[in-house]
Amino acid sequence: MTSQILNNHSADHHHDHDAEATAKVAFGFWIYIMSDCILFSCFFASYAVLHTNVFGGAGPKELFDLNYVMVETFLLLTSSFTYGLAMLATHKNNKGQVLVWLFITFLLGLGFIGMEINEFHHLIIEGNGPSRSAFLSSFFGLVGLHGLHVTCGLIWMALLMFQVSTRGLTAMVNRKLACLSLFWHFLDIIWIFVFTVVYLMGVM
Amino acid sequence: MIDFLGKLTWDAIPIHEPPAIIAGAMMVGGFVFLVALVTYFKKWGYLWKEWFTSVDHKRIGLMYIIIAIVMLLRGFADAALMRTQQAISVGSNYGFLPPDHYNQIFTAHGVIMIFFVAMPLVVGLMNLVVPLQIGARDVAFPYLNSLSFWLFMVGMVLMMLSLVVGSFATTGWVNYAPLSEKVYSPGVGVDYYIWALQISGIGTTISGINFFVTIIKMRCPGMTLMKMPVFTWTALCSNILIIISFPMMTAALALLTLDRYLGFHFFTDTAGGNPMLYVNLIWAWGHPEVYILVLPAFGVFSEVTSTFSRKPLFGYATMVYATVSITVLSFIVWVHHFFTMGAGANVNAFFGIMTTIIAIPTGVKIFNWLFTMFRGRIWFTAPMYFTIGFIITFSIGGMTGVLLAVPGADFILHNSLFVVAHFHNVIIGGVVFALMAGLSFWCPKALGFKMNEGFGKASFWFWLVGFYVAFIPLYVLSFMGATRRISHYDASTGWHPLFVIAFVGMLLIAVGIACQVLQILVSIIKAKENQDYTGDPWDGRTLEWATSSPPPFYNFARIPTVETLEPHWDAKHNAKPIFDESKPYEDIHMPRNTGVGAIIGLFAFTLSFGLIWYIWWLVIASGLAIFACVVARSLDHDIDYYVPAEEVERIEHELMLRRNKA
Repeated sequence: MTSQILNNHSADHHHDHDAEATAKVAFGFWIYIMSDCILFSCFFASYAVLHTNVFGGAGPKELFDLNYVMVETFLLLTSSFTYGLAMLATHKNNKGQVLVWLFITFLLGLGFIGMEINEFHHLIIEGNGPSRSAFLSSFFGLVGLHGLHVTCGLIWMALLMFQVSTRGLTAMVNRKLACLSLFWHFLDIIWIFVFTVVYLMGVM
Repeated sequence: MIDFLGKLTWDAIPIHEPPAIIAGAMMVGGFVFLVALVTYFKKWGYLWKEWFTSVDHKRIGLMYIIIAIVMLLRGFADAALMRTQQAISVGSNYGFLPPDHYNQIFTAHGVIMIFFVAMPLVVGLMNLVVPLQIGARDVAFPYLNSLSFWLFMVGMVLMMLSLVVGSFATTGWVNYAPLSEKVYSPGVGVDYYIWALQISGIGTTISGINFFVTIIKMRCPGMTLMKMPVFTWTALCSNILIIISFPMMTAALALLTLDRYLGFHFFTDTAGGNPMLYVNLIWAWGHPEVYILVLPAFGVFSEVTSTFSRKPLFGYATMVYATVSITVLSFIVWVHHFFTMGAGANVNAFFGIMTTIIAIPTGVKIFNWLFTMFRGRIWFTAPMYFTIGFIITFSIGGMTGVLLAVPGADFILHNSLFVVAHFHNVIIGGVVFALMAGLSFWCPKALGFKMNEGFGKASFWFWLVGFYVAFIPLYVLSFMGATRRISHYDASTGWHPLFVIAFVGMLLIAVGIACQVLQILVSIIKAKENQDYTGDPWDGRTLEWATSSPPPFYNFARIPTVETLEPHWDAKHNAKPIFDESKPYEDIHMPRNTGVGAIIGLFAFTLSFGLIWYIWWLVIASGLAIFACVVARSLDHDIDYYVPAEEVERIEHELMLRRNKA
């Protein structure tokens, strides 16, 4: 009798602990994202300071193709939407659906990164690499930082797909999915600023 | 073979530079001695199991503090070399340090004292004290806490390594571009600087997030924000500053890395780069950084003053508002470090005014401490000595700061010894004195015995007098035209006598530091005599004094519930219990120790070593190894355990017996 009470009691306890951990992790991850935001803001500031310093080379108008970037943007924005669907599926505790949406998100993200690498590759072989001018340095710095984040997000997503399929939707796995969700939407928001500040304002 | 080791060759060992090789040999000798000692006593297993893999905030805090004290000796050795050089290198005598070596020393001195002495002391004290003050059992993310420590260690090891393999930067502690660019600093010095700071800086950012979440989310029931102890308040604000400012340093260093490694043009003086962008970014971090150090220092003084005056802190609420105001203001003053950039009168006026405004909340604090002491029954312990020394010294330093904040005056004083005298005035008088006070104050809590008072007070007098003798001459010298960072000057300048006085001041400080080392040794040897079993040797006021000393690994057997600002004082003197002793003990949830932090630290070290010396296979291998560690940790779901209630009861019973016997 006593031991039963004790067991029930500690099961409650463990449950409390999970909820508490989720609150801490989600809050901590938010704070991390805020600090990452400041990292980005420094790269944006560098771009703002240096974007006119083309040093006799090509400027934004000559280099950027808005149509191409538009496709990239749609890939990334759609991937945010599909990630949202994956999160809805976690609330329904539907493991299969979570995996499907994560996989689609992954492919969209991969498409975005592929297009970005292709863009960088073209710029570099045409002699417009980051060493050409301070403008191009700051362009490659800012867009590259975003690309690096997306790449990390993709690797993380692959690992989480593995964890979802092997462990199922445990409290800890759900916590990680929620963090990646924050991260992924954050990168989306950053991209909207990159698109506006670098590409739209550059070409207009 | 050459490719296999990148740029690394035997030439990297500075055998042709006697000062460097002597210092290096001493360091290597000390290290080998330590390794031999641990091996002889077969303590590796103990160190690994109980310390290196520990996620206990108290142990991590102690490790930070031990490293900081060792690094204080190194940073002081650099200072002693500089003072000696300047005291003899006049006229036809060129001293014993060649200019390049002298430049490395002043760079290393600044970097070490800020990043590897002051920062670990502050972070170490926060680790020791904050969870106890808020009635928590650990920090929010214990594994990340261990990781932060090991990333900090990477930076420290790189710093020390640059002494014997290659050389350190010669660019000053903030490493201004374009001097730090590849064209002007082609060696590995700046790369050592970049990676030592980048890796330890990432660790600091993680710490900042960790403590912010800890303080916001893990306070015990009843502890509202306005019932938090002042040290915790200052720690909270300091961590907010870390979270906001350290990414700016990360960014500045990352952009400089791109310039140096991949030929980008962010800060170069060619191809449209803008060196002032670096200066802005580094000071947008650098100015909040000084408040990251000094706010917890203010916190320590608040705790010490109130405890040893045996009175509640005067004006608690104004103390909190002042701390928060300083936190906000510290982000809008950074341009005062380079008024001479030429940003224009309006910009300089704005930053000048903002800077002088910071004196107001700081003044509020000074008056609060004075009024706390007023009509108190002051107990003159060593921490109290440091506090009084601080109030006087810091006020003088603050006033010279206000003087420097006037752009017109700054144009004359910029880059002169006035600046050096000013910031030592506030950093020694503020941060160093606070940390010394804090170590004596919380030592009985952390280790279970009090520090030796005699040596503590002797150390205070030598530090205080030594400080004035060493730095007041620098103010005078600056009016005579002496600039900072000079390794030689002409006899006709008339500076020599004052540099000799400053040298004497350095010797006095050396005696002060020797007293501190003796204080630590004597305290450990005589630990038995100064043992404190009560857990509350100073008649303390806040929660950390409500548990035993040293606290059990779970800190509190029962989580306290508080109603007032000084719960422990009120529990003792006003019959307001904080522990509900009618309830039985419960199972306690604790994190498991993990070696992942230490292992990631090891690979982060090999990664940065590879990057510094262009050993690309090592970079790739270490990068993959770090990735593997992160994945392994992420797949490990067995990261915590429960201490059964019976075990808690057994430990508490033992502690009670010990207390009763004493």
